[in-house]
Amino acid sequence: MSFVEYSDFIQDGDVAIVYLSHSSVMPVKVQHGAQTQTRYGVIRHSTDLIGKRYGSKVTCSKGGWVHVLHPTPELWTVALPHRTQILYTTDIATITMMLELKPGSVVCESGTGSGSLSHAILRTIAPTGHLHTVEFHQQRAEKVAEEFKEHRVDHLVTVRNQDVCKDGFGVTGVADAVFLDIPSPWEAVGHAKAALKKHGGRVCSFSPCIEQVQRTCEVLAEQGFEEISTLEVLLRVHDVRTISLPLPDFGPESGASENAPPNNTSVTLKTITPPREMPGHTGYLTFATKPRT
Amino acid sequence: MAADNGDDDYQNRIKEGDYVVLKRGQIFKAVQIQQKKKVIFEKQWFYLDNAVGQLYNTTFEIASGGILQPQKVEDAESSFDSKEAGTDNRNIVDDGKSQKLTRDDIETLKEQGLKGQEIIQQLIENSSTFRDKTGYAQDKYIKRKKKKYENTVAILKPSCRIMALMYHGREPGKICHLRYDTLAQMLTLANIHAGSKVLVFETCAGLVLGAVMERMGGYGSVIQMYPGGGPLRAGVESFGFPAHFHDMLHDFPICHVNALLAGTMDTTAKDHATDEKQYNMAAEKGQNQPEGEQQGNPEEQSMETGDNPLQDQEKMEEEKRREARAQDKKMKLEEKRRKLAAAAALLEGRNADGLVIASRFHPCPVLLGLLKFLAPSRPFVVYSQYRETLIECYTKLKEQGGTVNIQLTDTWLRHYQVLPNRTHPLLLMSGGGGYVLSGTTVAVDHSKPAGSQQAEEPAPKRQKVKDTEG
Repeated sequence: MSFVEYSDFIQDGDVAIVYLSHSSVMPVKVQHGAQTQTRYGVIRHSTDLIGKRYGSKVTCSKGGWVHVLHPTPELWTVALPHRTQILYTTDIATITMMLELKPGSVVCESGTGSGSLSHAILRTIAPTGHLHTVEFHQQRAEKVAEEFKEHRVDHLVTVRNQDVCKDGFGVTGVADAVFLDIPSPWEAVGHAKAALKKHGGRVCSFSPCIEQVQRTCEVLAEQGFEEISTLEVLLRVHDVRTISLPLPDFGPESGASENAPPNNTSVTLKTITPPREMPGHTGYLTFATKPRT
Repeated sequence: MAADNGDDDYQNRIKEGDYVVLKRGQIFKAVQIQQKKKVIFEKQWFYLDNAVGQLYNTTFEIASGGILQPQKVEDAESSFDSKEAGTDNRNIVDDGKSQKLTRDDIETLKEQGLKGQEIIQQLIENSSTFRDKTGYAQDKYIKRKKKKYENTVAILKPSCRIMALMYHGREPGKICHLRYDTLAQMLTLANIHAGSKVLVFETCAGLVLGAVMERMGGYGSVIQMYPGGGPLRAGVESFGFPAHFHDMLHDFPICHVNALLAGTMDTTAKDHATDEKQYNMAAEKGQNQPEGEQQGNPEEQSMETGDNPLQDQEKMEEEKRREARAQDKKMKLEEKRRKLAAAAALLEGRNADGLVIASRFHPCPVLLGLLKFLAPSRPFVVYSQYRETLIECYTKLKEQGGTVNIQLTDTWLRHYQVLPNRTHPLLLMSGGGGYVLSGTTVAVDHSKPAGSQQAEEPAPKRQKVKDTEG
């Protein structure tokens, strides 16, 4: 197992994703002799997990069952322990494409936070790219570095514990893309410019408030960035359900036999219903291109 | 910095034969760089010859005769700063006479070869109301005129982002109205990455296939499942991938899927199918060619010619050519057979790592058919312009089992204008970018663990339970 390479069988030391339901997904560090409690009962790693195929159904002690899935950045995003507010897959997908990330890309990111986006970046830039990620909170930086190791992606990433607004990314002229998710991104635009390659690159800043966007765009323009574009992507999840709509009774039709049974009293159809509530805002995504300097 | 050496620059220079994307404003067009090739873009024509050797992302000015000249930085940056500006429009009357230049005057200016920049300057100077407009209105005026008169074009290196923007803007019908943010969701939800084995079924001009290939960076394999006579790859060409990317690309005709699944697909069957196709194609071209394909035929023909003493050398030559052609075709057939066998071998293991479907076909049978080639615990995504087709997919998947984490989604995309004191969402937004159904495969369990009796229940009852679980 690795977050950047599929394998078929669960091994000691892997991180597996236990899937209970859509809203209930938990990461499990697989260890000989260890046990994991779920609401369906206990999972014994040595017998229930190790050697089994990813995607298998595992019967727990209380007779209930779960599926054990191969980790992916998307599953990790819904399973990871939150240490900060995180980016979700919808924004991550947009960021990945609009930053033009691909195998071999060199990316700078700050802050690392809980590493939700970091894992998605690593998956995309492997096996030849590199991620330089900066987190000013020491404990978070250490924790995320530990996770990268557990997930066997540490060879693709360098975690730096410093303040990106003051000290930059710790690299200059190497990045194809820069991503900023910090409270005052405008203070880091200069460092982003320095981190990008001489022949140019892409930058993205994620901010929840429009005032932050405003200041960032001003600084981006001042610093000579081009193609500045701000957008917002919202995910709508649809519930598939069967609905039944009753038909009113108009009474017997003239000319029709009075004994004829009523045709249909209701119509049944499959449709989707939008959720009653949905996330209405995560953040504005501002993209720009650094021209050749 | 070490990363930016001469080699890097070489990579960033436009070369003859390169596939590039032209950009003006928000309009894109993909072309190949060819000498003396006339290109028409946004009502202007020009030659790309001068672009060769220049760096990517350079903006060019179109001079008379369709010659491209790299735009000077001063030109691009010079602004029309006007010191005077009004505060409101209470005294601005629309009498249709504010512009002193007539249509003909402007045409004359154009013919004189004036640059767009200069024409706009003239328009401003001859506008009686410009000075009374507010600063914002002046900005807007200039922006609008720039759009109309500036004759510049930028040349970009193709990327998934640019190609997706281009297709969505120019030919949404060709890509089933797949909007770029939806494509982005698909690539991420399918966990497309280097080193995996991905199945793609698309009728989006090759855009989706190209996007998948870009994300795999030449590592792993992509098997394009194609309908009809052959795989469509026009869009893939425009990505301008290096040659080795094509080594990872396989194709397999979807009409052989059933045979492959049933295990009845053997090499002879494949031969017949391709031979027949080849035969038919050749038959259309000419009468002589198909004969050469049948075994032993070349010999027969040479015997015939040998019987006739009047045949001269020309006939012999013709014979040789025919034989060479037949040989050539045989080689090509052999190659095709080999490739088909290779693709079949990749599929036979039924251990693919991902599945991406985006086509004008009904997605349900495609999904149910191709899902069988995936290993357990692998993601799949299906795109459809219409949600009804995906509702059916969702229902069928729930019925047959073997998948978890099924989600039917779509995304809203909103762009913003961000300017000092004028920030707001753009007035126009895309109405719909299509729908995506995604999920993960799991091992099909034939034993009956205690908790799974519900799989044995009759379909309608089960559906109700599943639906609310959603």
